[in-house]
Amino acid sequence: MLNLTSVDWLIMLLYFVFVLGIGFALKRYMKTSKDFFQAGRALPAWICGLAFISANLGAQEVIGMGASGAKYGLETAHFYGIGAIPAMIFVGIFMMPFYYGSKARSVPEFLRMRFDEKTRALNACSFAVMTVFSSGISMYAMARLIQALHVFDGLFRALGWNPDGIFTFSICLSALIVLLYIFLGGLTSAIYNEVLQFFLIIAGFLPLVLIGLRNVGGWSGLKASVPMAYMHEWKGVAHASTNPMGIEIIGLGMGLGFVLGSGYWCTDFLVIQTAMASKNMESARRVPLIAAIPKMVFPFLVILPGILAIGLPTPHTTTTITRTADGAIHHETNVVPLNVEEGRGLVPAKINPVTGKAMLTASGQPLLDYDMATPNMLLHFFPTGILGLGLTALLASFMSGMAGNVTAFNTVFTYDLYQSYIHKGGSDRHYMAVGRWATVGGILLSIATAYAAINFNNIMDTLQLVFSFVNAPLFATFLLGMFWKRATGHAAFAGLISGTAAAMLHHGLTLPIEARPGIHGGWIAVLHNYPSDMAMNFWTAIFAFSANLIVTVVVSYCTKARPEAELVGLVHSLTPKPERSHIVWWKRPEALAVGVLLGAVALNIFFY
Amino acid sequence: MTLDLRIPMGAMFTLLGVILTLFGLATRGSKIYEASLGINANFWWGLVLLAFGLTMFLLGRRGQKRLASLPAEPPEDGQARRGH
Repeated sequence: MLNLTSVDWLIMLLYFVFVLGIGFALKRYMKTSKDFFQAGRALPAWICGLAFISANLGAQEVIGMGASGAKYGLETAHFYGIGAIPAMIFVGIFMMPFYYGSKARSVPEFLRMRFDEKTRALNACSFAVMTVFSSGISMYAMARLIQALHVFDGLFRALGWNPDGIFTFSICLSALIVLLYIFLGGLTSAIYNEVLQFFLIIAGFLPLVLIGLRNVGGWSGLKASVPMAYMHEWKGVAHASTNPMGIEIIGLGMGLGFVLGSGYWCTDFLVIQTAMASKNMESARRVPLIAAIPKMVFPFLVILPGILAIGLPTPHTTTTITRTADGAIHHETNVVPLNVEEGRGLVPAKINPVTGKAMLTASGQPLLDYDMATPNMLLHFFPTGILGLGLTALLASFMSGMAGNVTAFNTVFTYDLYQSYIHKGGSDRHYMAVGRWATVGGILLSIATAYAAINFNNIMDTLQLVFSFVNAPLFATFLLGMFWKRATGHAAFAGLISGTAAAMLHHGLTLPIEARPGIHGGWIAVLHNYPSDMAMNFWTAIFAFSANLIVTVVVSYCTKARPEAELVGLVHSLTPKPERSHIVWWKRPEALAVGVLLGAVALNIFFY
Repeated sequence: MTLDLRIPMGAMFTLLGVILTLFGLATRGSKIYEASLGINANFWWGLVLLAFGLTMFLLGRRGQKRLASLPAEPPEDGQARRGH
């Protein structure tokens, strides 16, 4: 049972005061729409770099990676080693010159410059929907977690409110805070708070990992307490049946590394917007590379708690018999709830609320609630005081995940939908006001999404699924757009549509083993079974990407190419190399990229 | 941009550090530390946060002083002026 004392509340309150304080302090700098939507394009690279990874450090990272660590073990680190680092290097070195150099204000706007109006409209609409969906999931996850951890129970009891309102209260509170600081300070405020939250996550999770590791007897003790396959990132990856995730090397390399990872880090305006807010081209290119450095260390912080949670002994109901001095026998029974007893380590089982029994998978194993792995670790190891810090870090991560989505949404809505199709030629003040109100609208839509129930037992899988429908085909469009001058607008549009269609078709025709047809796949017919839902997600992405690539190339050759003069600054072969002789070689982004790459390789060897 | 993030951030972590360190001192040897394997997690981690917060705060102050001593802002578009 969670017992928060006033120290915990004080720490939480302090964080909220600073978050809002930053918003208020930034309000007076918000003079033009450029200040509001693009942070004036004036921020230092390190701040944008930390915000770049922090924008992604929402629910899917902190809870989802812990859940994934508990479910699949260290193989989850592939989301970093393969899924993120190479893509971050690629976007910094090769793609940022076009994003930043084109002076586009958003990723959809870049698509309009490179291709045409309809490609942008398609991307802007699907992106707007996706950001709202992501931020809604973030909110839902947070409210559910607050309920499960009984954070506000004491407060509600003290105020005499109905505890059923905790879900709504948590959603409204977080929505209000995020709304306020973005409404006041725009993207700058979101970025500053993301950096704040980045350090808070480290402050909250580093001691957890240290204490947890000490408890199991260090790294070697952890190895001894979990199955062998859990502690290897690469071993057994050659074949689907020999690793916990059930993925073979091609699905992993292509699906995660080339398609999903790149689709996310290289094209998602949610992260790109932070790099586009930096002060000059060299900084913008350095942003993803700076972000890659802490990204390499993050497996220790977010995956290890999940593995530790599985490795710890499962609590059981115990009875100890003691004899007191006067000879009386005492039975002391320590009753453990059924969901804990049926679980593994600190990961509880899911209990069917109707029958009161543990829910089972198709093979008769108890269905584990992996999302509780990391939060249970916090409750298990942290005494009051630092527990407040840990919970604040958790809440902060949810809020910054939401904030990144909301700022991306208000920019895309205002520039790419409102200014382009609803009201052209308004004053700058007008668009800034629209942006502020789009923030309100985006948050209201997220709240609506949050109330729509989620069927997956792993937030990560849900998000990967959404990304694979929308983002995976996208990377092919950008790759061809930036590096192949022949690609045309009609082709890009057709390619995007067919990519998303291919993703949906593949999802409808295949099913992971141990899942029933429905939201997990197979809603048309089951032609193929994958060993895990993660493997299926990767292959969905591969099909989407390939369909887009092929259709775009074919249609490009059938349609008229744009004159080369119009594509200068947008396509690699037609853009002059920037003058960089004034920068010492080791200060250039390329040198940093090589360093990051070497670090990533070393880390993968270490985790082999 | 005139607000250096390191100043509010440093201030926040300094305050967090002070709160945790003091609370850790006040609860020395308390039963609450059974959870964290007998380590006074509040005290030690409070010290770490305090050090981090102060460093950030001082760096931010120094950066702001340096910025104030500079003559004028560079041109708006960030491009160095080149000879014609």
